[in-house]
Amino acid sequence: MSRTRTERLVNLVICLLSTRRFLTAAQIAATVPGYEHNPEDPKDHEAFQRKFERDKAELRDLGVPLEIGTPSAFDNEPGYRIAHRQYALPDILLSPDEAAAVGIAARLWQHAGLAAAASSGLAKLRAAGVEVDPQATLGVEPVVTVDPAFGPLTSAARNRRAVTFAYRAPERDEPTIRRLEPWGVVCWQGRWYVVGHDRDRRATRCFRLSRIVGNVRATGRAGAFARPENEDLISHVARWSGPVPHNGRATVTVRPGRAAGLRRSAIDTVAGADGDMLTIPYADIDRLAATLVGYGGYVRVEGPPELREAVIQQLKEVAARYDRMHAPAVGT
Amino acid sequence: MTAAARIPQPRTSADRLGRLLNLVPYLLARPGIAVADAAAGLDITERQLREDLELLWVCGLPGYGPGDLIDMAFDGDRVTITYDAGIDRPLRLTPDEALALVVALRMLAETPGTGTRDAIERALAKIENAAGDLADAPVAVRLPADAERLDAIRGAIERGHALHLTYYTATRDETTDRVVDPMRVLMVGGKSYLEAWCRRAEATRMFRVDRMDAFTELDEPSAPPARAVPQDVSHGVFHPTPDLPLVTVRLGRGSRWITEYYPVEEIRKDGEEWVVDMRVTDLGWAQRLLTGVGPDVTVVGPAELVDRIRAQVNTALDQYATPPRAVVTP
Repeated sequence: MSRTRTERLVNLVICLLSTRRFLTAAQIAATVPGYEHNPEDPKDHEAFQRKFERDKAELRDLGVPLEIGTPSAFDNEPGYRIAHRQYALPDILLSPDEAAAVGIAARLWQHAGLAAAASSGLAKLRAAGVEVDPQATLGVEPVVTVDPAFGPLTSAARNRRAVTFAYRAPERDEPTIRRLEPWGVVCWQGRWYVVGHDRDRRATRCFRLSRIVGNVRATGRAGAFARPENEDLISHVARWSGPVPHNGRATVTVRPGRAAGLRRSAIDTVAGADGDMLTIPYADIDRLAATLVGYGGYVRVEGPPELREAVIQQLKEVAARYDRMHAPAVGT
Repeated sequence: MTAAARIPQPRTSADRLGRLLNLVPYLLARPGIAVADAAAGLDITERQLREDLELLWVCGLPGYGPGDLIDMAFDGDRVTITYDAGIDRPLRLTPDEALALVVALRMLAETPGTGTRDAIERALAKIENAAGDLADAPVAVRLPADAERLDAIRGAIERGHALHLTYYTATRDETTDRVVDPMRVLMVGGKSYLEAWCRRAEATRMFRVDRMDAFTELDEPSAPPARAVPQDVSHGVFHPTPDLPLVTVRLGRGSRWITEYYPVEEIRKDGEEWVVDMRVTDLGWAQRLLTGVGPDVTVVGPAELVDRIRAQVNTALDQYATPPRAVVTP
């Protein structure tokens, strides 16, 4: 944007803020420097109209609330004005500790997608008189990163537009195309998810943002669906990927001084002659069996019998796989 | 968590309009501010600021006479806006700006152990109020952590004390005692870490708070040496380096999730199975991980790891072999 154009736009904003009446394009052209032209000359007039359209788009991109209305009952020509109340950031008074918190919050995005938006937002708060100490720190620094799909999904959720994206779960070979009415985005245990109504499955679904392949495309009109009221988005994700109760109890013998990781999950440890007897709570027998296989000969299952069987079964499968893939092990 | 997705923000002249509309209220709120301070506060050069002021000087209300134009008074190197032509307030927040600030504050409020949760929540309420409808950001945040423990660690850092830790090292599967000089507490990917100088390892280390089995605040001062510098964690805590052992592994369908949780170098698809290269800090850790996630994971190389796993599996199986029946000879 050239200096002349910037100057013209600043004057346009000032002019539209100062008027209570809606001003038509012709009135604006006659007032604001930079729009001078001969309205009788079709080519010249067309050039003005294009210029004015570009300028309006520029203001809207910046977030300037341009009001459109008719200047009078005798005039069908649309007119423009900017209501100061809609234009201006409301008064905001922050105490020093609050201002410090905002300054730190804006810095969280330094390495993430919304860094630029946070700093321009902070610049507006500063212009409203808020003093932000750039040196302020907290005892704990969260490092916030987002996936590329974060921006398009939050904006679609805000505008209540449906989205389409390719989604690849690692257990699938090809991505599938999903159509979702996004209700919101959730950060749960350090990962980002989108929750919404899946149009094909006709049910509520959660998707992990890191598994979205390529672009998220917003489709259809804004306001196309209603977000369920008082919906706790986090609870959907928590149900989907949250912890499960560990009601099972396994008994294993562990060699002295070995399997420190397993010992940390024990709820009871009794020292014995050939090792320590641990009581391990578990939710899923096959998962615990796999974990125990990882500790090899340092761990022996005493019970329950189905866990013992699962471990033996997995060990045999692993042995067979390695025998198939590699030369026979020596000395067995 | 994935690598940071940074949207490059070109400093085009389109930004300049926004900057100019912000400049007038900024100066209006700070009469007599030094030009150098204003430039620093606005994150622009003094030269840019002077050029912006020159441009504003010819802008104003229709009529554009001496009393209509934006006016300012210079006193040495200090500037005061004497007439604002109606742009006395900054423009309201855009949806993206409101989202960026509101979500970051929610994230901070959810971060345990900051010690200033109250101020963060008050700030959040005020920003939400200023953002109006836009504050209804469709983003929810929940960070799990042990707030009490983080408070205690942060307290030790504030008091400048060293810590005695009983810490579980997953790579070596052992729990050891050590004295550390705390540097900072941070949350990355939903996990809290203490970054500290480890006197035992004589290096800076990241200690996961959930792997501390016990800790005691010592009377002696925390004194990390000058060479203890914080690690850049913007792309995660673990950065594999080329000098680490490279492990090649075949993953069945049900184990492909490993590639989402651990940094991998390359994935080759071979029918149902994925052949994956990953760098690991310790072969013993790789042995526990890759035999501990289920039977459809097979290490292809290095040979040393393959041999260790086969020996481990056979030793484990031997434990369950039915004891040989006593043979009764007639």
